[in-house]
Order: sequence, then structure tokens, then C-alpha cells
Amino acid sequence: MMQAQAFYARQPSFLQSLSQTLKLLARNKVGFAGFLGVLFFVFFALVLPIFVPIDNQTRMDKIYAPASWDHLLGTDFQGRDVFSQLVHGGREVLVIAFVTGAITTFLAVVFGSLSAVLGGWVDSFIMSLADLWLAIPQFPVLAVLASLVKLNNVILLALLLSLLSWPTLTRAIRSQVLSLRQRDYVEAARSLGLSTRHIIFNEIMPNMMSYIAISLIFAMTAAVYAQAGLAFLGLISFSDNNSWGVTIQLAWTKGAIFFRDSFLYIMAPVLAIALFQLSLVSFTRSLEEVFNPRLRTGV
Amino acid sequence: MATQAISTSLAPQKRTSLKVYFWRVANNYVLRRVIKALATIFVVITVTFFIIRLMPSNPVDIFIQEQMALYNSSYQEARDRAAALFAIDLTAPVTQQYLDYMGNLLRGDLGKSYRSQGAGVADIIKQFLPWTLFSVGTALFISFTLGVALGMVMAYRRETPLDYVLSTFASLVSSIPNYLIAIIIIVTFGSQLRILNIAQMRGSISPGVQPGFTLKFIGDVLYHAALPIFVYVLTTIGSWMLAMKSSTVATLEEDYVTVARARGLKDSRIMTSYVGRNAALPLFTQLAISIGFVVGGSVLIETIFVYQGIGQQLLKAINQRDYPVMQGIFLIITVAVVFANLLADLLYGRLDPRIRVGSEETK
Repeated sequence: MMQAQAFYARQPSFLQSLSQTLKLLARNKVGFAGFLGVLFFVFFALVLPIFVPIDNQTRMDKIYAPASWDHLLGTDFQGRDVFSQLVHGGREVLVIAFVTGAITTFLAVVFGSLSAVLGGWVDSFIMSLADLWLAIPQFPVLAVLASLVKLNNVILLALLLSLLSWPTLTRAIRSQVLSLRQRDYVEAARSLGLSTRHIIFNEIMPNMMSYIAISLIFAMTAAVYAQAGLAFLGLISFSDNNSWGVTIQLAWTKGAIFFRDSFLYIMAPVLAIALFQLSLVSFTRSLEEVFNPRLRTGV
Repeated sequence: MATQAISTSLAPQKRTSLKVYFWRVANNYVLRRVIKALATIFVVITVTFFIIRLMPSNPVDIFIQEQMALYNSSYQEARDRAAALFAIDLTAPVTQQYLDYMGNLLRGDLGKSYRSQGAGVADIIKQFLPWTLFSVGTALFISFTLGVALGMVMAYRRETPLDYVLSTFASLVSSIPNYLIAIIIIVTFGSQLRILNIAQMRGSISPGVQPGFTLKFIGDVLYHAALPIFVYVLTTIGSWMLAMKSSTVATLEEDYVTVARARGLKDSRIMTSYVGRNAALPLFTQLAISIGFVVGGSVLIETIFVYQGIGQQLLKAINQRDYPVMQGIFLIITVAVVFANLLADLLYGRLDPRIRVGSEETK
């Protein structure tokens, strides 16, 4: 009963903080540009494919055609439309990035806060495990795993990526929880005799939300790096439509170094990934603004 | 840990043996760190060994497939040839293979490559590792020193146009994956503008150049390593700049800096021995971590630039399922990462007096 009341009492303040968050997002110009960039890529990779048809038709007379109204970004080594490939190749990149980011952050939040709150042997166990994990050369391990298991399942790859990348984040979350635990309002809650669960979920976690969001985004960029890198080495590929990484690999092996005409073909997916990463990283600037309590007025 | 804490609380009472006690703890700490490092290496080798062996497909199958495709031979023929070529028994139980491998490893024997006839894994590593160490090491050195210097400039000139330009540059280059920057450089400056002769810059050395302490050799080595080094520097410098900037800004607010100013010390002296030294300290641990990341990333960079280092060999071994070579390269990379971390930890204790005394109590 008490909890339910507390829950309803919280609702408006949540909405308020949401609108305030949006205002704060717009305050940092670079960050807001990043935010718009992320929105653009979500639209580009998830909505545009509905309107742009898949182009798998070989046109021998139109190999490496320059950009035109028919082919916005020209054509590839088989005369297929590059723009269409770009539109359809983004979904996997975005989905893997988001799922990996979400799983990694979830693991990190669970292990990190457990470690910080419980302390003792749980803490030393989780931290030793994290230390050990960090010593494993990640990208090489991924490359080996990708070559041995057929990693053409989006969720499987995302799981694998997050299993490899949780330790750094876990440490960060742990130290964050440790520092928040020292704050006055947590001390106050504790002296009021509130339960540990209440302290973690109602006092500490809300104050970490933006930090967690930033961590999520950095986990996403790491996932994009690994996924596109593996695809570039030819170690993973997804069924029908090529993801950006696979397109880069194709363009590269079909001789992007030798054919000057294939400039657009290789640069389109390269710039797509680069700009997506850039948008994500810039977006964190706005989140930092939200995160920094000194910038939050009247909360 | 518990004994540590108890002894520390006892320490003030036993004033006479304080120095003796301190050294015992210090030695203890070093010893524990070394043991931890060795244990880490052991676990990583074990885990990677089983990951590699327990996965489907093996070098013999790959070889048989290659033979069948290449020479149109029947499965039986290819299998016979494979059996003659591979003096290994992949049917032995995995645990037996593991014990054999560890036994040989203790004797310093990394095994032989399955595919390069008779080549020892140690020889392969000896041949290719120096190139990776050279390019990655040089790049990390350049990007760390340059990044720390630029980060201090940013902190001293914060909120000025220079700071904005440098910050934007730093976040721009550190957010784009290094292999994409490598591709952009090759495609733009190599094939489009034809400023760089990509074909000539491939490899780690030009054919016919004799190794030795000659101007020609050194020049050639630098010529071939220039692009990989440039890409490593460009993609790692941003994070050093940003980390150093925030670290310096925090240090500038410390009381001892204000006191140093009040004492009328020269600005250059304050900048180097008061601010710079303390601000750069936390970055050393990051340097150790980044070594592992950059060496791991060398798989991609070396493949793109066709630079003959350990990363390229790893990819080759992966594609051929050359287990011993894969295992050996993993071992080397892991040892490099673990010892870099160990060195950073021990060095950190030496460099930072606060840690030297307090490391056992603060937690």
C-alpha cells in the first residue's frame, strides 16, 4: 500500500524530469546534433527499408555507375544500387549495437551494484573475475569464435559481444555506486531505516540513470566496432542483405584500391558507420549535461 | 587482505620495526601481484585452449576441403595426404592434448605450426612480433606524449577557441573506428588522389633491403610502418587528450598548486613538476590497458595495410585453423597485456607516494 502510493506520487515528477531532460539535451549543441544524428540513423535503417526496394539485379552495363537520380550513390561491381544496399544494411548494425549495449549495461549494473553493495567476498570475486576477463585479448578471441561458430545469428552475436565487454563497465558502475553510497541523502535514507532494496532502487539508481545511459551508448559503439570489424575480416555475414561491414568487405575485396570508380561504393558504408559512431559519441555530451547534478536546477 | 589490515593497525605501536614492516608489505604486494599475473595467464591460456579445441571444424578437415577443391581429388586421397602431412593426432582426448600442450609450454616449447611445414610457433612469433611491437609501441609512445602535452594545453587554455578546436578534433578521431580511418586514408589518398603509393608501402620492409644498422634499412622500416603508426596515433590520441585535460583541470584546483603559485614559483616549474606529474599519473594505468586493445586491433590494421606483423599472422592462422599458431599468438598477446598491467601497477606505486603508503588500507 505504502509502495503503491509512493509509486503514484512519483509519476508527475518523472514526466517533469523527462521534459527537463529534453530541455537539457537541447542545451548542448554538439550533443543535440548527435541526438538528431542517432534519430536520423534509426529512421534510415529501420523505416526507410519499407520504402526502398531491395536491389539484387545484376546489370552488366551499369557496373560502377556514377551517382545519378536512378542510383543516388551509384552502383557496385555487379551494377546493383548502392543506396538500396546502404538502406537495407543498417538494420543489423543498429540492432546488434542496441541489444549488445542493453545486455552489457544490464550485466554491468547487476554485477557492479551487487559488488558495491554486498562487498566482502562477492566484491572480490566479481572484481577478480573482471580483472581476469580484461586480460583476454577481446578482438582476437572474437575473431576466433566467429570463425569457429557460424555467427550469423544477430542475438547470438550480441550475447557474445556483451559477454566479452561487461568487465570495464562493471568496474565503472561499481565505483559509481560506491561514491553515491557516501552521499548525504543515502545516509539520510539509511538513518531513516529504509530497506537496502529501497536505497538501491529508489535512491541510488535514479541518480545513475544518465550515467547508465552514457555507458549504454559507449557499449553500443564498442559493439559496432567489433561487429563491423569482424564483418570486414570476412568472419561474419548475415543472410540476404549485406550489413555495412559486409559491404565494406565486398567493396574492399572487389578492388576498391584499384578501381577509382568504386569510391562511392566503399565510402558510403564507411561513412555511414563513422557518422553513426560520431552521432552516438556526440550524443553522450548532452547526456553528460543531464548527468552532471550541478547543471540540474530545481530537481 | 585481513592480515594486512590487522598489521597496519598494529604498525604505529611497533615504531622500531616500522621500516622493516613496510618493506615486508611492499615485497608482499609485489609478490602477490606477480602471482596474480601468472595465474591470470594460466587461466587465459586454459580457457582459450578449450575454446579453440572444442569448437567445430579442425585443421585437417579444412585441409581436406582445400585439397579436394584445388586438385579435384577424392575425399579418400585428400584424407590420406592429410594423414601423411599432419603428424598430429586430433583424435586424442582434449584433456590429453591439453596436458601435453601445458607440459611442452613449461619447457618453453610452443609447438609446431600445422600448416607451415615444420615451422616452430616460437619462430613464427619471433619473426613477426617485432614488427607489431615496433609499430604499436612507437605509435603508443607518440600518441601518449603528444596527447598528454595537448591535453595540458587544452586545460590551461580552456574555454578558448583553441580548446574547442582541439576538443572537437579529439572526440572526432576517437569515435571513428581505426580500421575505417585506415580505409579512408588508403582509398582517398591512395587510389583517388594518388598521393600515396599504396602498393609500394605494403609489407613491413621492401624486398632486398638487408636488416642492419644502416640508414637505408631504418628509412625503409619507417616508410612501411608510417601508415599503421599514423592510424594508431590518430585513433588513440583523442582519448589521451581528453583524459589529460580533465585530469589537469582537476589538479589545477588542488591546494598545493595554489600554494606553489603563492610561493611565487615559476609557471613553467609549476606546470611540469606540480601539475603535469600529478595529472599524468592516472593515465599510466590506462596506457597499460590500451596496449592490449591496440595489439588486439592490429589484426584489422595489419590486414588493411598488409603489414607483416603478428595480427596478420593471427588472421592467417584463424583462416587455416592452425591451432598451435593461434594458441601461441594468444599467449603472447595475453602475456603482453598482463605484464603491461603488472608494470603499470608496480610503477604506479613508485610514482605516486599516496598510493605507496595507502594502497593496503584504502579500498
